[in-house]
Amino acid sequence: MASTTALSKPKKPRLSRLARIEALWGYVYISPWIVGFVLLTLGPMLASLYLSFTNYEIPFTPKWTGLANYIRAIAQDELVPKAVGNTLYYVGLSVPLGLTASLLLAMLLDRKLPGRAVLRTVFYLPSIVPTVASTLLFVFLFNPDLGLINRWIYDVFGVRGPGWFKDMTWVKPTFVILALWGAGGATMIIFLAGLQNVPQELYEAAEVDGAGRLAKFICITLPMLSPTIFFNLITGIIGAFHIFTSAYVATGSDGGPMYASYFYVLHLFLNAFRYWKTGYAAALAWLLFLFVLVLTLIQFRFSKRWVYYESAAMAES
Amino acid sequence: MTARDQLIAAREMAAGARSRKRRRRIGVFGVFATLLTVGLAVLFFFPLFWALSSALKRPTELYVIPPIWWPASPQWQNFVEVGKVVPFYTYFKNTFVITILGMIGGVGSASLVGYGFSAFRFPGRNILFIIVLSTMILPGEVTLIPTFLIFNRLGWVNTFKPLIVPNYLGGGAFSIFLFRQFFSSIPKDLNDAAKIDGCSSFRFYWRILIPLSMPVVITLCILYFQFLWNDLMGPLIYLSSMEKYTISQGLLFMRTYFTGTVSRVGQPMDHLLMAGSVVAMLPVLIIFLALQRYFIKGVIMTGLKG
Repeated sequence: MASTTALSKPKKPRLSRLARIEALWGYVYISPWIVGFVLLTLGPMLASLYLSFTNYEIPFTPKWTGLANYIRAIAQDELVPKAVGNTLYYVGLSVPLGLTASLLLAMLLDRKLPGRAVLRTVFYLPSIVPTVASTLLFVFLFNPDLGLINRWIYDVFGVRGPGWFKDMTWVKPTFVILALWGAGGATMIIFLAGLQNVPQELYEAAEVDGAGRLAKFICITLPMLSPTIFFNLITGIIGAFHIFTSAYVATGSDGGPMYASYFYVLHLFLNAFRYWKTGYAAALAWLLFLFVLVLTLIQFRFSKRWVYYESAAMAES
Repeated sequence: MTARDQLIAAREMAAGARSRKRRRRIGVFGVFATLLTVGLAVLFFFPLFWALSSALKRPTELYVIPPIWWPASPQWQNFVEVGKVVPFYTYFKNTFVITILGMIGGVGSASLVGYGFSAFRFPGRNILFIIVLSTMILPGEVTLIPTFLIFNRLGWVNTFKPLIVPNYLGGGAFSIFLFRQFFSSIPKDLNDAAKIDGCSSFRFYWRILIPLSMPVVITLCILYFQFLWNDLMGPLIYLSSMEKYTISQGLLFMRTYFTGTVSRVGQPMDHLLMAGSVVAMLPVLIIFLALQRYFIKGVIMTGLKG
């Protein structure tokens, strides 16, 4: 019957037999994603939304408690402001410094330079080292008493170096240094690609007008690079908010000296998989998602003021 | 010589002087920039060098003053020793199994799904593809807990399955997107010609599309390898018994274990910790050095989506 519908009811736009076979095959090919989306994305999303409104401590059954988890996270849990403060501090320091360092490295490599490929490789290498290994290496180098860095500080300046990962004021800057070691990675490569897309004629025209190096950087490089900066800023902020592995390795699950490196995702992880406060952890996860989403949307709104898209400008003129 | 010729000559001379002046200025700045670049390169490379040098030291050579830059007799057996103290090479093998199987699943299923979205017309195709793209902004934490509950119910906790199997279900939005874009750039005539010759759609995918898209396949393989090899949170959540640990977990375990041992034996174990770290770095570094071109390409592709 199905095969005759196309002929007997020509007014209804039904798919022909061939088109139906094609559609069927299309569904077959995308079926892994459909299964994955339903079982591992949509289902868990709805489930975690539901759980975030319940008191659920494995292995007991969830009990509906309304907004209690959210109220607790925002107003009652003393560790949340601590974790949020630490995370914002880390994001606020590591993202601008990281972007600046990556851009500087990219500009240094965007010149005729002997052995440029080798140098690019050297800058890139630290960013692909497994985080656990790079963190252990930094813990070793920045050991307050025996590490090479403090040894060197003592030899050169004659003073005792700071406690780095073991000092509550230094621990977050030390994580920033660790992040900066990876500044030659993906972010730099994206900047480098962006720099190579800046039309050379613009620089030549500016030179004819007598522009200096700084003027060229501010008036040509930065505006032409602004979409790239914007992209790296968004991904950088999202990435920095999720700092977990290095903190877990360097200062452990207790959050470092006086909770000074107790970051948000660590708080979430411990609640979910150490204290088994599953419902509360789900609420923490949704709060993180909403916060980062709103922050990203705000940045998109502000981006119209400073991001210059050449194609858009050309369309307007 | 007319006045006009003189003017031109003067202008050329001035231009010449300007360009010479510019060249000299670039010279000074250039030397400074080159020195800075090389200096920074040494700074960036040093920790890696120090990891290897420390991995080859005797415990007594670790913290002497002045520091030993390179041990007189490198202790290569430290790399064997680290496997005796903890089952480090079992961790290596575990990570390898998870990484390779996950990578095959991710790239394989993403390419099939990408093919489905690019070569077939079916109702709801565009809406479904928008859903694919929108999952990119969803962070892992939101789905983490219920996903754990599912795998717990299935009895998969403390097996490698939760770390491997999800990769086989679409392999992530970004990979699907990349494959779809690449497949769409291949002329449709090729597909039509193959169809006329009686080539099945899977055969076309496997014998023609995949060989044509090797750059994308390799790039994504690298990205998967890097991600799965370096992951810590996944194994922390799902693997609890020691013999199932991955290399990241193993290193973490070694660190806490050695802290106890140092106080017991009274001698530092950091040379073994560094040996372990070097072993953990090695596969990614080797792949990077061998396939650098694809690494860079992959990064630029991730940048393009923005």
